[in-house]
Amino acid sequence: MSRIDAVWSEQGTTPDRIEAALRKLLIEVHAEHEDFAPARVLNMIAFVDREWSGEIANRLRGVGRYHASRMIVLSYEPNREQLDARVMIAAEDDPAPGELALLRETVVVELGDKHMDDLLTIADPLVVTDLPTLLWSPHGHHEIVSELMPLAQAVLLDSVVEPDARDAVDRACELTGEAYVVDLAWLRSTPWRERIAALFDPPALRPELRMLSSVTVRHHTASTAAATLLVGWLASRLGWELEPLTANGAGLKGTARAGAEKVSLNLEAAPELQVPGLAGLTVQTTTGRSLSLDRGPGGLRAHNSTPGDEGREWTIPGASRGETGVLGEGIRQALLRDPTYVPALKAARAMLA
Amino acid sequence: MAVAAGQPETPEQSENPLTAGLERLPVSPTTLVIFGATGDLARRKLLPALYNLAHDGALPERFHLIGVSRKDKEHDDYRAECEEAIKRFSRRTPDEAVLATLLENVKYVPGTFDDDDVYTELTTCLEWAEKEAGEPLNRAFYLSTAPNFFPVIVDELGRSNLAKHKDAEVRLIIEKPFGTTLEEARELNRRVLATFEESQVYRIDHYLGKETVQNMMAFRFANGMFEPLWNRNFIDSVQITAAEDLGIGTRADYYDAAGALRDLIQNHMLQLLCHVAMEPPVSFTAEEVRNEKVKVLQAIPEPTIQEIPDMALRAQYTAGHAGGEDVAGYMEEEGVPPGSRTETYAALRLEVDNWRWAGVPFYLRTGKRLARKVTEIAVTLKPVPHLAFSQDGSLGVQPNQLVLTLQPNEGVSLRLGAKIPGTRMIIRPVNMEFLYGTAFLSQSPEAYERLITDAMRGDATLFTRNDEVEAQWRICDPIVKAWALEPGPPVAEYQAGSQGPKEADELLEGDDRWRAI
Repeated sequence: MSRIDAVWSEQGTTPDRIEAALRKLLIEVHAEHEDFAPARVLNMIAFVDREWSGEIANRLRGVGRYHASRMIVLSYEPNREQLDARVMIAAEDDPAPGELALLRETVVVELGDKHMDDLLTIADPLVVTDLPTLLWSPHGHHEIVSELMPLAQAVLLDSVVEPDARDAVDRACELTGEAYVVDLAWLRSTPWRERIAALFDPPALRPELRMLSSVTVRHHTASTAAATLLVGWLASRLGWELEPLTANGAGLKGTARAGAEKVSLNLEAAPELQVPGLAGLTVQTTTGRSLSLDRGPGGLRAHNSTPGDEGREWTIPGASRGETGVLGEGIRQALLRDPTYVPALKAARAMLA
Repeated sequence: MAVAAGQPETPEQSENPLTAGLERLPVSPTTLVIFGATGDLARRKLLPALYNLAHDGALPERFHLIGVSRKDKEHDDYRAECEEAIKRFSRRTPDEAVLATLLENVKYVPGTFDDDDVYTELTTCLEWAEKEAGEPLNRAFYLSTAPNFFPVIVDELGRSNLAKHKDAEVRLIIEKPFGTTLEEARELNRRVLATFEESQVYRIDHYLGKETVQNMMAFRFANGMFEPLWNRNFIDSVQITAAEDLGIGTRADYYDAAGALRDLIQNHMLQLLCHVAMEPPVSFTAEEVRNEKVKVLQAIPEPTIQEIPDMALRAQYTAGHAGGEDVAGYMEEEGVPPGSRTETYAALRLEVDNWRWAGVPFYLRTGKRLARKVTEIAVTLKPVPHLAFSQDGSLGVQPNQLVLTLQPNEGVSLRLGAKIPGTRMIIRPVNMEFLYGTAFLSQSPEAYERLITDAMRGDATLFTRNDEVEAQWRICDPIVKAWALEPGPPVAEYQAGSQGPKEADELLEGDDRWRAI
């Protein structure tokens, strides 16, 4: 429960009045509670369908300290005639003795088709000038993303939400030309990428990165895009030449060329996986080494075997972030820049062409 | 048609092409051995830090922990103790599955640190860990014991052939205090370096692992506006304060032997001074950063016995009021020996005799039971050369002051002169404030999480080098010796909960004033 919860609302309002209310509310809260300070990190604009806005609110509540300092929710209901708004200023925690606690602002604007032509002028006065702005449209509405793009430096998307992996990758590629793209499908693969990088990090094993003979990625049935991004990452980092993948039952298969060697690629659906993302990964080398990582309790279960060796299994500890953790990480990533995503995305596109 | 997916670096060019873009860089497979594994530091800081690294997936792919301590117990007993300590002191509620995974690879070796059998058993455990992993593992020996055991353990590690590994790195992590005098520090360095190379040694000053201290480097060297002013031409004085509102608690044994000078000034506060005064390093490698810090320490003249009364002050707190309650004086604290002359407050005026800082006083003060807990660095600029405004009726034009607050509420504050609204040109000082917490989403990791990871990765930037330690002692040792003389200079007094002893004002030059705590 919030320690401070200042609220303002008005029906039939205007962006100017909402912005004025925000300023007034902040001054009032600060005057009453000197040990609370407004956070100034990131604006986030979420364009959501009103009927699903509760679900989005729940997801955003779960991100905890990764909550954008100013969250602007544009809640869309096609037939709405009037602009209604609600402003909330809240602090999740009491300040520790002698310290300050942070205030975060949420603005919910209810709007309809009538307001779509003026969307930019509705959102613009509500963002904090000079802070980076992250744009998220979790229910599609690609045209709205284009409309609001002048306000944004980063766009949040989730490539596994698109029904077709190729469309998802095309869409992400298109957006990378306009803003920095934070793709939750990519962030779900972070622990996997870290582990693969680490497993091949010992100097004795690094040369084997150039000897990969096959890569198999097991993924949630709807997360082909995530699996393709992971393979795309390996391909882009290791300089493979790629050809389009072909259907293979519920999955995809194909080959890549790593210099003179061929690398067999397999993307396999894992129906047992209940959450979006990856279930496991196996890489094999021409030396006969086989390295697997699979989801397990308490971390990723690793299996390593080489010719003449019975193989070893162990768990690499790490807590699951859950979907809210992934979303929180997405918000945090809007303030960073990962130079490896776009090359991985382009490689994924080449495989899904 | 095949499409090239990227421009790979050749294996010769690249160490590991997969690490690009990753926030967390790989840490080599390691066995960490904690000597003093059942002690307070291990329980409160090291074990929770290891759990949090495990939770974040930041431990090496293969990680084993071996605890060594005098108490006789089985592996399972020690695992249960680890679990209890982690649950009690971790900054986050542990995930049971992650905790169980971490504890699977924990072993315990009982015995005294001078017992050869301990090292035989330790060798067996280390070899077992490598057999389990199927590969050589780096070894990191963490000395979290009383300092008198440091040379004993180092010698035993050498005798047991554990200081080297033909297929892996071996590192030695040493907790403070690194000696209690210059002679002790030199002797300890000699003993350590007789067995280990300096590049294997990681001397912990946990202040350096704090985000706030690392931020000072970013503040100075990532912002072009400060560097032109950062010298004797514009800066009048620098004041570094580390004040605590609490007393010594139950640490009388340690504290009475150490005192404020050894406890905070010799290590932490001189590190802060180095961060303020150092030249920009050529690069942020361990050697470059530490070279610059050593240059600062070497530029501080060693105080002579005659100078000490004028540049150093010690004091003890007497009974007073703190947090709305009556509190005891130092001499009444449990465990403090009668007649103790140990300082609970120390203040120094130092000079950094180099081109940049000649003539600028650096004031350092630290104390227990002061009015408030605060760690800050205040840089006071010289006054404007000509004042066109009348000071009548105003608080006056005061010099600009830049305050870097390390705790609580890490931030930067700049004191500026501003006109009071009205018909007259009357000026008063106002503050422009920035709080780091308002501008970042991430939570700072605990200092020990960063330091343990860096030591396992072999990055020594945030650790103290041997010549750095000796240079710190070269400054403090004469003061320690002067204060140890009998009858020696008097020990001033200050009331608990106050701003400190009035006598501290005598260290200040000209119109300088201590900032309010």
